[in-house]
Amino acid sequence: MALQDLCQLQEVFPDPDCSPSGTRTGYYDGGFPASSSSHPFNFFIPAAEFLQESPLRFGQVSSALTSQDHLLSSLSWPPGLPQDAPQSVPLPFPMSHGTTTLAFLFQGGVLAAADTRSSCSGLVACPSSQKVLPIHSHLVGTTSGTSADCALWKRILARELRLYQLRHGRRLSTGGAAKLMSHMLHPFKGSELCVAATLCGWDGGELDQNQEPTQGGARTGPSDPDSLEKASQSSTDAQKSFVRKRPSGPSLFYVCSDGTRLQGALFSVGSGSPYAYSILDQGVRWDLTLQEATSIAREAVYRATHRDAWSGNCVDVFHVSSAGWRRRGREDLREEYYRERDRQGGGDLREEYYRQGGGGPEGGVVQREGQTRGGGPEGGVLQREGQTRGGRT
Amino acid sequence: MEYLVGIQGPDFVLVAADNVAASSILQMKHDQDKMFKLSEKILLLCVGEAGDTAQFAEYIQKNLQLYKMRNGYELSPSAAANFTRKNLADYLRSRTPYHVNLLLAGYDETDGPGLYYMDYLSSLSKAPFAAHGYGAFLTLSILDQHYKPDLTREEAVDLLKKCIEELRKRFIVNLPSFTVRLIDKEGIHDLEKLSSGAK
Repeated sequence: MALQDLCQLQEVFPDPDCSPSGTRTGYYDGGFPASSSSHPFNFFIPAAEFLQESPLRFGQVSSALTSQDHLLSSLSWPPGLPQDAPQSVPLPFPMSHGTTTLAFLFQGGVLAAADTRSSCSGLVACPSSQKVLPIHSHLVGTTSGTSADCALWKRILARELRLYQLRHGRRLSTGGAAKLMSHMLHPFKGSELCVAATLCGWDGGELDQNQEPTQGGARTGPSDPDSLEKASQSSTDAQKSFVRKRPSGPSLFYVCSDGTRLQGALFSVGSGSPYAYSILDQGVRWDLTLQEATSIAREAVYRATHRDAWSGNCVDVFHVSSAGWRRRGREDLREEYYRERDRQGGGDLREEYYRQGGGGPEGGVVQREGQTRGGGPEGGVLQREGQTRGGRT
Repeated sequence: MEYLVGIQGPDFVLVAADNVAASSILQMKHDQDKMFKLSEKILLLCVGEAGDTAQFAEYIQKNLQLYKMRNGYELSPSAAANFTRKNLADYLRSRTPYHVNLLLAGYDETDGPGLYYMDYLSSLSKAPFAAHGYGAFLTLSILDQHYKPDLTREEAVDLLKKCIEELRKRFIVNLPSFTVRLIDKEGIHDLEKLSSGAK
């Protein structure tokens, strides 16, 4: 009170004449101070109407609306949003986990590829999102699940790995990063958090005596194959002794927010993963060249985007080697689709297919195109991006 | 969809687990090892909910290693089983129960071999043979029929092969291979991986 007199606070700030409106929900306790003038500090904060509601309920239509409001709100909100908020944790908008990501090991390191479509119930929320995120110079992670959760947890992981590097003088191995991430996500098990990532990295021993340093050097030679054995044995060796042999070479781990943590040589995650798996299982071997590996990764993502509604648009390919990660230019898969149709037939294919009545395996696709003639096969809505295409592989 | 089995003999315990790590309809890994080495002569076989298995088993594993570091000697299989059960029971009525089914197999200098069956409700039972998973429904009667307390190692492996053959024949899920290990007074031995024949 003395301070208040000293600062002559009462004169500076007028009493707020409006209290927060009565649409306050049970979730949001209202951080605004009470409007009574007996409060020492009355700050008049002009509050926007929508902030009166709980941020968790933003965008949702309460069931207590009259029919008039219902009609009004159904015009302004896009379709697909829930009309009623569930009693348990309400979502700001419906989530869906559609994507195709894949990663595999080969003699040249690790190859990671993903599509670029972010979907949100019936919409393509972003046709050019990035699902393969670099974490540090020798580690990238593919993301699947909730985009926001993945982006956040990748950043947290990057921070923790950097701290580890500063404290211990060496990079944490991919397996260690996977374990760290798995333990960080464990407390959130059972909640709506959804992160399914594959960590693709090159483990190099900077402090190892019998290994030449990999940092800074432009080594582009292939890794020795037995480092893969060491990397996969380290998980069983770990159970045999307390001191682990430090793995080196390419390494691939799958980490999921439900707690799964798997080491492997080939993973594909997302709604399009079964389609990708079937392509990859046919052709992935250890002794692929970089070009062959890129080609099969691209093909797998392309096939998955063709069949899976929640995957599409472009493909990103990353390659992690001893020299670090490199990114291949983003490629629009729509062009690949047309190129394949040209390869399988000649001339103006659309007319020919319509004449034939859509025979053959492409028949089903063509009929759909016939129906959406006006809009074109992909609707043409969100495809106008000025991305330069990577070279054909 | 996962399968664990254990058979105790007069001076050994034979355990086997399938190798599939699945996620909905996909096999993500074909060579997953579901056995966790708790000490020189104790193995914990762990199946159940996706993240809980590794988290819980590694938690028990590290705690047993810590016990050895602190006290200089390892816990006996019976003590380890009771410790595990206690942890399961403590978490059972918490907000985060562990949904795991376990077999603990070990060899003790004084008590001899032991096989302990634990499930996600933290029950504990020492048994001559035990199995977890849907495959248990198909194989427990085979074990009932052919088991005898003084069976030899070869007979135990044959019994195990009978069980796997039955799974191959009647189980709707394809489990192509199984890790097999044997514990006796010398320690843990890796036996040859058993394949069900169907790739």
